Amino acid sequence: MSVQDDRRRGPYLRRKRVNIIALTLSLGAMGFGLFWLFWILWETLRLGLGGMTLATLTQMTPPPNETGGIANAIYGSFLMVLLATFVGTPIGIMAGIYLAEYDPRGWLASVTRFVNDILLSAPSIVIGLFVYAVVVARFKSFSGWAGVIALALIVIPVVIRTTENMLQLIPSGMREAAYALGAPKWKVITSITLKAARAGVVTGILLAVARISGETAPLLFTALNNQFWTSNLNDPMASLPVTIFKFAMSPYENWQQLAWAGVLLITITVLGLNILARVMTRQKD
Amino acid sequence: METTTPAASPASKISVRDLNFFYGKFHALKGINLDIPENKVTAFIGPSGCGKSTLLRVFNRMFELYPDQRAEGQVLLDGENLLTSKQDVALLRAKVGMVFQKPTPFPMSIYDNIAFGIKLFESLNATDMEERVEWALRKAALWTEVKDKLKQSGSSLSGGQQQRLCIARGIAIKPEVLLLDEPCSALDPISTAKIEELITELKDDYTVVIVTHNMQQAARCSDYTAYMYLGDLVEFGSTEQMFFKPTRKETEDYITGRFG
Repeated sequence: MSVQDDRRRGPYLRRKRVNIIALTLSLGAMGFGLFWLFWILWETLRLGLGGMTLATLTQMTPPPNETGGIANAIYGSFLMVLLATFVGTPIGIMAGIYLAEYDPRGWLASVTRFVNDILLSAPSIVIGLFVYAVVVARFKSFSGWAGVIALALIVIPVVIRTTENMLQLIPSGMREAAYALGAPKWKVITSITLKAARAGVVTGILLAVARISGETAPLLFTALNNQFWTSNLNDPMASLPVTIFKFAMSPYENWQQLAWAGVLLITITVLGLNILARVMTRQKD
Repeated sequence: METTTPAASPASKISVRDLNFFYGKFHALKGINLDIPENKVTAFIGPSGCGKSTLLRVFNRMFELYPDQRAEGQVLLDGENLLTSKQDVALLRAKVGMVFQKPTPFPMSIYDNIAFGIKLFESLNATDMEERVEWALRKAALWTEVKDKLKQSGSSLSGGQQQRLCIARGIAIKPEVLLLDEPCSALDPISTAKIEELITELKDDYTVVIVTHNMQQAARCSDYTAYMYLGDLVEFGSTEQMFFKPTRKETEDYITGRFG
């Protein structure tokens, strides 16, 4: 062994030790996080499967200590999430297009981005109370529409952000190539950049849907709850998160079991949406 | 700086007159005068940052995408100043096509990549469209390689094929001028050879302007060469003359690699 090698040996062994320590700490942190995650999933599955019967999916929310299901809550959630997505997505995508394609560096874009960031991180209870004050208090009635508005207000900033980010990832060379053919701006956006960013934009929408399917606070002050099946959005409307909130806090065992079944349903839905979002981004060439 | 223009040039397709170009405050092209001959290949050579791509991007007003860039002077295409606001940009770009350094297939099938540009200016029926797409792909020497997979994504092709797809896309709308901005710099030697061969064939129908860092490439496939340095057009002449007896010392130094 040469003198040179001897001199290098010391620092090398030190680096190796530090590496082992860092690796152990990182693995430990990962294990700690995963432990709780799997425990949550396991408990959800264990307690939720017990309440998962056909009646759960087909019958209405029952009075205490009577048999029933959460069909009205599932339907209410489905309807409000669907409508909120339909309302929020086009607004979000178009605002995202404006930020990324039309005026990326203008003052209006900077202000919009700032406000959007605030909206994005606003606690959902604030949005719930806002819609309560603006819609529910004015029309003197809790309603499905108020719930839809509150959820849409949560969807919009998420979709704006992802759409803008995904469009920014498209290399400017692609835009230039389209302009070089004489394509007008709207055509470049609709046929080229938005198409190239499609997978990412859809992922953003899916993540927004996943987020609002579990939101309780904005619905508590807006759609409230309903014991019965209703498609009338002018009436109060049941939803899974609010039903879970009410049933889980109750002392009645059958309500608690239905709450767990609802938790399992939401978890599966959100997990499914996240996996779908993952697959979509991976397909992006 | 004084520039030399060839004494007896053939009919010029593009004439540049006292062109100045600015990136914000930076003066990138300084009083360029140049006549680009019709149905010939003209190469722009020069070290990085000398303004050759900038000049190319004036010809189809690509620079207008960026608000801080502006051009002053005249660029005459068939005698008409293309820098005036009267000139419709979309129609200009249909006449003056461009192929970029990096291949940029659009996120759609090979067929639609070609059809996209055609649909912007013409409404062809299905048969005519198929014929035009085939014609463009044949012209770009790509047809035999892709004729069985026209429905596949354009990005599934190799880099060299993608670049020929971009050339096919450009000529599908039947331009009169084709601008090539270092079209081979991202390609391997075999793909490069194919594209160079293609360039030589294209000049029968088009006026071709190519920006290249590769001196051999300029020597191999161009008829005329312009040497640019720091925003000036130093010398312009037939490629043969430029490479064998350049009139200016700077040109000779650059071409022989004694560039300081």
